[in-house]
Amino acid sequence: MAIQATGAARHPSAAREGLNRIWYRVKGSPLTLVGAAIALIVLIVIVAAPVLAPYPPDRISLSARLAAPSLQHLFGTDEVGRDLFSRVLYGARASCGIAFAIVIISTVVGSIVGCLSGVIGGIVDTAIMRLMDVFLALPALILAMALAAALGPSLFNAMLAVAVVRVPAYVRLARGQTLALRNRTYVKASRSFGASPAYLLRWHILPNALSPIIVQATLDLGGTILTAAALSFIGLGAQPPTSEWGSMVSSGRNYFLDQWWYITFPGLAILISAMGFNLLGDGLRDMLDPRLGGR
Amino acid sequence: MSAAQGDILLDIDDLSLEFRTFRGPVKALNGISLNVRAGEIVGVVGESGCGKSVTMMAATRLLPKGGAHITGGAVRLFGSDPMKLSERELQHVRGRQVSTIFQEPMNALNPTRRIGEQVIEVIRRHQRLSSAAARQKAIGLLRDMLISEPERIMQAYPFELSGGMRQRVLIAMAFSCEPKLIIADEPTTALDVTVQALILSLIRQKAVSTGTAVVFISHDMAVVSQLCDRLYVLYAGRVAESGATAAVLAAPAHPYTRALIRCLPGLAAPKRPLEQIPGTLPDMLNPPAGCLFRARCREADERCIEVPPLSPIDPARRAACWRRIEEAEAA
Amino acid sequence: MSLLSTILRRLVLLVFVVAGVAIVTFTISHLIPGDPAQMIAGDKASAETLAHVRQELGLDKPVTQQFVIYVKQLLSGDLGNSLRTRRPVATDIALFLPATLELGITALLMAILIGVPLGALSAIYKDGPVDQAARVVSVAGISMPVFWFGLALIIVFYVKIPILPGSARLDLGITAPPRMTGFFLIDSLVAGDLAAFRSTLYHLVLPAFVLAFANLGIITRQIRASMLDVLQEDYVRTARANGLSRSTIILRHALPNALIPSVTLLGLAFGDLLYGAVLTETIFAWPGMGSYVVSSIQTLDFPAIMGFTVVASLGYVLINLAVDLTYMVLDPQIRELG
Repeated sequence: MAIQATGAARHPSAAREGLNRIWYRVKGSPLTLVGAAIALIVLIVIVAAPVLAPYPPDRISLSARLAAPSLQHLFGTDEVGRDLFSRVLYGARASCGIAFAIVIISTVVGSIVGCLSGVIGGIVDTAIMRLMDVFLALPALILAMALAAALGPSLFNAMLAVAVVRVPAYVRLARGQTLALRNRTYVKASRSFGASPAYLLRWHILPNALSPIIVQATLDLGGTILTAAALSFIGLGAQPPTSEWGSMVSSGRNYFLDQWWYITFPGLAILISAMGFNLLGDGLRDMLDPRLGGR
Repeated sequence: MSAAQGDILLDIDDLSLEFRTFRGPVKALNGISLNVRAGEIVGVVGESGCGKSVTMMAATRLLPKGGAHITGGAVRLFGSDPMKLSERELQHVRGRQVSTIFQEPMNALNPTRRIGEQVIEVIRRHQRLSSAAARQKAIGLLRDMLISEPERIMQAYPFELSGGMRQRVLIAMAFSCEPKLIIADEPTTALDVTVQALILSLIRQKAVSTGTAVVFISHDMAVVSQLCDRLYVLYAGRVAESGATAAVLAAPAHPYTRALIRCLPGLAAPKRPLEQIPGTLPDMLNPPAGCLFRARCREADERCIEVPPLSPIDPARRAACWRRIEEAEAA
Repeated sequence: MSLLSTILRRLVLLVFVVAGVAIVTFTISHLIPGDPAQMIAGDKASAETLAHVRQELGLDKPVTQQFVIYVKQLLSGDLGNSLRTRRPVATDIALFLPATLELGITALLMAILIGVPLGALSAIYKDGPVDQAARVVSVAGISMPVFWFGLALIIVFYVKIPILPGSARLDLGITAPPRMTGFFLIDSLVAGDLAAFRSTLYHLVLPAFVLAFANLGIITRQIRASMLDVLQEDYVRTARANGLSRSTIILRHALPNALIPSVTLLGLAFGDLLYGAVLTETIFAWPGMGSYVVSSIQTLDFPAIMGFTVVASLGYVLINLAVDLTYMVLDPQIRELG
């Protein structure tokens, strides 16, 4: 801290220069801004779905079955007359919410295991990493599918299954970061003063290992939204009548030849939100990795 | 070989260039003038960041696309303006008329192709030779570089060779199409001290025997002084001093040249503690007005607030320093 | 590290990974809520029948012993019997595998043939219109929900502009060629049945493109990134300084060096293809392993699901091994020293 403070004092414009640098990069990649905007909209929709949705998502109206998009029903209605616009808005909660949950669970578990493994080292580390090597050599999504099937079809089980198979990647990432940081002079110095592994982890390793992990998590959000929706689509995730984008496309399949809107809007919602988080993750990665800066 | 003979191969006149960065334009070159005649060996010296490499890479248009923008001046390379040449025309200039040897030989050869293929490829690009003839020529070139068993080296991959060996291959490639001009951009900086002398003398011998002009770019006054007929001393994107090597060394005119020479062990006076030049290069984002060396100069005074032009101070030399200009006028 | 020792190391890891596959699938099978014996015997089975089935399945034995039996069965190629088709799962998979492979290989070729040039051009003309387009394509590729994309393409190219078939491997009325490899493209040519060949080709276009699309994004992005790296390498500058032509520099110096690290991507792409095939085959009623496993999931046919998982995992592991070894052979630095 002290060093940073004197540094800032010597260069009063350091903070502003940092902002300039970020702005320069962002200006060069409007796609990152688009991604950030999409991510923000998704978050707003998740929180404010009840306010934004014109109808309750489960309100059945048999008189308005399979109605085409109109001012009353922006995205049309489904086979029991539920308003698809409202269902797509509420669907953000299930579809993106589950993706957030998956990424948070796997990130937290993976980072803790990975950092500990790196800090403890020795035979524990070797054992954990060999185990992770084995898991990383397996096709994660196929295993998630089998696991979700075994646990029984439900949104919660799908979440658990995908989270479990994503853990090893984070273990490896966090351990790599830890090992790199462990050899930094300030960590060595701290250890030479007798700091405990827990202290090192809390004050030196985790804060510094965090940003690459956050970038990876953002990048994974997009993919996880797709995975969660796909599991629901094949019947392993959200069960009807939950509003969830993947299962909406799944039920819309029976009508898609004539009622194009039924599958179109939930599908677009998946595509756009996944794209938003992918763009944002790409942008964040580029900003953190100066070597990739100009790309 | 005396200077001022032969045709002018490369003529850089008042060249200015900037790199556009997020902090604003960095003015890398601020009116550099420099020329190279056929057959002469010219040194370009200065500390890192003074614009030595940038000048030569701008002249051969090897700077990466995008960042660099020429803001003034002109370049004539073999009588034509390289900035106006098409990519295809440039390809015929490069390699055939002017080739470049770079500082870092480690990655300068394609790691996945054999040495022979890479040398032969350059030869056949510019000369109508059968592959067998090109192969013979390549072997001869490698042998000229004192590479024993050139046939075996031709079969090797770059990672199997030492840095010095790779640099010799690259020199052979540079000479392969008998160019009139070779730009050697710190060719020995990345190498072991033990092979530096060998590499330098290989370049010099080959150049003298083929009548090729060479521009030696170096931060090392000692190296340049041994090899070159003429010198350009660059400071902060400008020429501080130019002239025949012997004259410059004997009586350096510009305070910066003097400082550089004083930094050399043994050249000025033996067993004297080595000096260093106080201060650092000016910030090229916001270069100060006037002589750019002013802040580090012992002789600076109020005249130096204006930029001194590069002016002849004696028959052999030009310098950009108000004191020398005045002394020359007085004489 | 020499080539030989690396191969040995990989083979040792392979043993562990295969053991891992067995442990993971065994564990997952034992997670199944409810009683598998009950499921097989049916709800109305008597206690006696249940006990009999349980004994038959070995469920009365201790878990470790069950695992040993499971591994023995795996090693002998016995994946159990499907509850739905009443056939051995191994037989079912052998029946459905070629359709999936034909689709997957076509998709992979499509992704490579479009992705590599697109990624290379994108890097060469960085920030130009081609680059912008390629970046949009690659982000769209990795963000596209496969199942929805398939339905959307069916609407466009089958319903609205009916130029391509939207389901199955062959037109109605065309009989499948006599089975030799199970690849209709090959079998129909062997049988000299051009109608079947053409029909197969038409039927492959949409599902293969859908399956290729995600990998297209990944490949384009990877090639672009490594091409950008390579283009600023010193040896590219050497080539430029020696006046080599642009096409020589790109085709003989930059692209090969950019492709080598991308080879390892193929193994990972195979995992995506497997998973993507599950969704694509469902959409296009493609009679492959993917459709088979989705039907099995919907009927809770666990032996079939686990059999698929075992085969897919082993395939994935072996292909990745093969790809990594190929990579070592392609890189002279590893090859020559090995």
